Amino acid sequence: MRPLTEQETKTFFEKLAKYIGRNITHLIDRGDETYCFRLHRDRVYYVSEAVMRKATSVGRDQLISLGICFGKFTKTGKFRMHVTCLDYIAQYAKHKVWIKPNGEMPFLYGNHVVKAHIGRVTEDTPEHQGVIVYSMTDVPLGFGVTARSTSDTRKLEPTAIVVFHQADIGEYLRQEDTLF
Amino acid sequence: METKSRKLDAAKKAEAEEAEAELQTNIVYEDDKYVLPADDHETLQSTDLQVVQARIQEIVRVLNNFREMREGNRSRNDYISQLLKDLCLYYGYNEYLMEKLFYIFPVSEAIEFFEANEVPRPVTIRTNTLKTRRRELAQALINRGVNLDPIGKWSKVGLQVFDSPVPIGATPEYLAGHYMLQAASSFLPVMALAPQEHERILDMASAPGGKSTYIAALLKNTGMVFANDANKDRTKSLVANIHRLGVKNAVVCNYDGREFPGVIGGFDRVLLDAPCSGTGVISKDASVKTNKSEQDFQMLSQLQKELVLSAIDSVDANSKTGGYIVYSTCSVTVDENEDVVNYALRKRPNVKLVSTGLDFGKEGFTRYREKVFHPTISLTRRYYPHMHNMDGFFVAKFKKISNKIPKKNDDSADTVEDEEFTPITDDSGKRSRGGKKDTAAKTEEVEKISFNPEEDDELIRGKFAILLFVWLFNYKKEKKETANFILIFFFFFFFFFFFFSNVIYSIASQAIENSEGYQASSKEICINTL
Repeated sequence: MRPLTEQETKTFFEKLAKYIGRNITHLIDRGDETYCFRLHRDRVYYVSEAVMRKATSVGRDQLISLGICFGKFTKTGKFRMHVTCLDYIAQYAKHKVWIKPNGEMPFLYGNHVVKAHIGRVTEDTPEHQGVIVYSMTDVPLGFGVTARSTSDTRKLEPTAIVVFHQADIGEYLRQEDTLF
Repeated sequence: METKSRKLDAAKKAEAEEAEAELQTNIVYEDDKYVLPADDHETLQSTDLQVVQARIQEIVRVLNNFREMREGNRSRNDYISQLLKDLCLYYGYNEYLMEKLFYIFPVSEAIEFFEANEVPRPVTIRTNTLKTRRRELAQALINRGVNLDPIGKWSKVGLQVFDSPVPIGATPEYLAGHYMLQAASSFLPVMALAPQEHERILDMASAPGGKSTYIAALLKNTGMVFANDANKDRTKSLVANIHRLGVKNAVVCNYDGREFPGVIGGFDRVLLDAPCSGTGVISKDASVKTNKSEQDFQMLSQLQKELVLSAIDSVDANSKTGGYIVYSTCSVTVDENEDVVNYALRKRPNVKLVSTGLDFGKEGFTRYREKVFHPTISLTRRYYPHMHNMDGFFVAKFKKISNKIPKKNDDSADTVEDEEFTPITDDSGKRSRGGKKDTAAKTEEVEKISFNPEEDDELIRGKFAILLFVWLFNYKKEKKETANFILIFFFFFFFFFFFFSNVIYSIASQAIENSEGYQASSKEICINTL
């Protein structure tokens, strides 16, 4: 367990900014408690400092996880967001997509979101922007990247892909072995 | 015509008489004393389950009113041994486990227990109060066509699912972490633990995380939860559940629970849901019926005893709000429950049992067969499948009074207490390390007393050779250049010594015997060799 290096912080924050933009500051400067990002076995954890301090007494091999896992660094040095961080990024997300009940299950099985399933979209979402996917009852289901800007979407046929799938909460079941 | 009708009448009459006689015989049969099948071989051959079941019922009827129903002078043991055999056959248990479980209950209750183990328990879920409320969750699930109801008055977060058109473990609500599939019985230890906000809590054997996440929900994500599990593979599902339910203050680690006060201690509360034989969850996992032997039970209760002590040691008694330990198992046997609690009370006089705060469940046994336990064990709670319609379960809650283990925990006091509580069997005492030392010391003393010069001569002779060997070997390590030379020399010397040792030794021993120091020195060597 160690703090992130400068290079790591840069890659990580760049990725995170795609979803929550400048709101990253809200994660770092919190009103209630000091929180920090810690790297442990290529994974980045977001955890309160009090918990982190106590967790230092656990050995490196025995420490499995602490706080909330945001994602992991791949072998090539890129950062990959995990669905586990959904709670936090949904809280600060800038752009959102709501999908209709008939589109929930296809998305939770790992498919992209097609236009026919879209219920609502945040206005002025640009192309290739990270978005949070919600159900119509405002339950966050995952996140993805827009294929088209909001204005372009209007012209598309119903079967065209609007949001590329990145992560969804179905992964808790599908990828339990590899995710953690 | 007449003759015909007469014949008919006669036939009717005969029929009626027959029926009456039959009725009579039935009545007689009801009153009749049940005759035990005499030959063992015969009973083993009759594998017809209906026959066996009828026999079980008969024997239970006899045993419930033994004085009047017994046949001749057959003893109660005859009936019980036959009953146990039949129960093993009928329900498919191995004999050891059957005997263990049978004596926990009165006879007819035991049958109910075995019967209840054949029926699955209702599916229950726990609302994750970190993300939603029970009413909202119930509404969302009802919209998906799930038929459910609150679990009972004792829980505000539990829901019982009767039937569901969708898999209850894969709905979007489940994936979003709004609820956890969790047996009703596993609510109980957490409710007994009653964690308060801003506390630091340890869950010693936590996978797959049902209880840990419940603790975190009661803490409202304040304080912290250490979720430990000894099995690395199982920590995967633990981490998955912790993340899915949005627990932000958890640390997951993979230690053997017994290492615990060494890793980190000073917790406000500790939950130990100990690994157990699973005799309370036979309806879930029927393999327990056959695959548990005496050895397994011994190993488990040994492990549980070690775990409960480290759980107690991990707690800070000076904690303002806490200082509690909850011990629970999903087993109904006494060795894994009351016996372990009793052991903890004896080994750690700085803890006492307190009320679990659960207003239902049966009291723990203060005495069981030949064992007598501490009277406060009646504060523990037992749960049975046939009585409470949840898995068999046991919950005990300790309060730690001081961080110091009082002096009276020494070996001498320990054995005295042993006698006090368990007058006939004190096997648990022997298992402790202190006990072992004690017995070792005793044997040493016995050896000293029965000192036999002839035997010792041989012992010392063997030892002498070994010591020489060891010394030379060490010498070889130190000086590597001369190693080969010394080794050759040593082998020659060894052969020489081997052949002539008798001669040399007799001379040497005589010489020593002449001197006065012989007795004392050889005695010392003798003790060292032991």
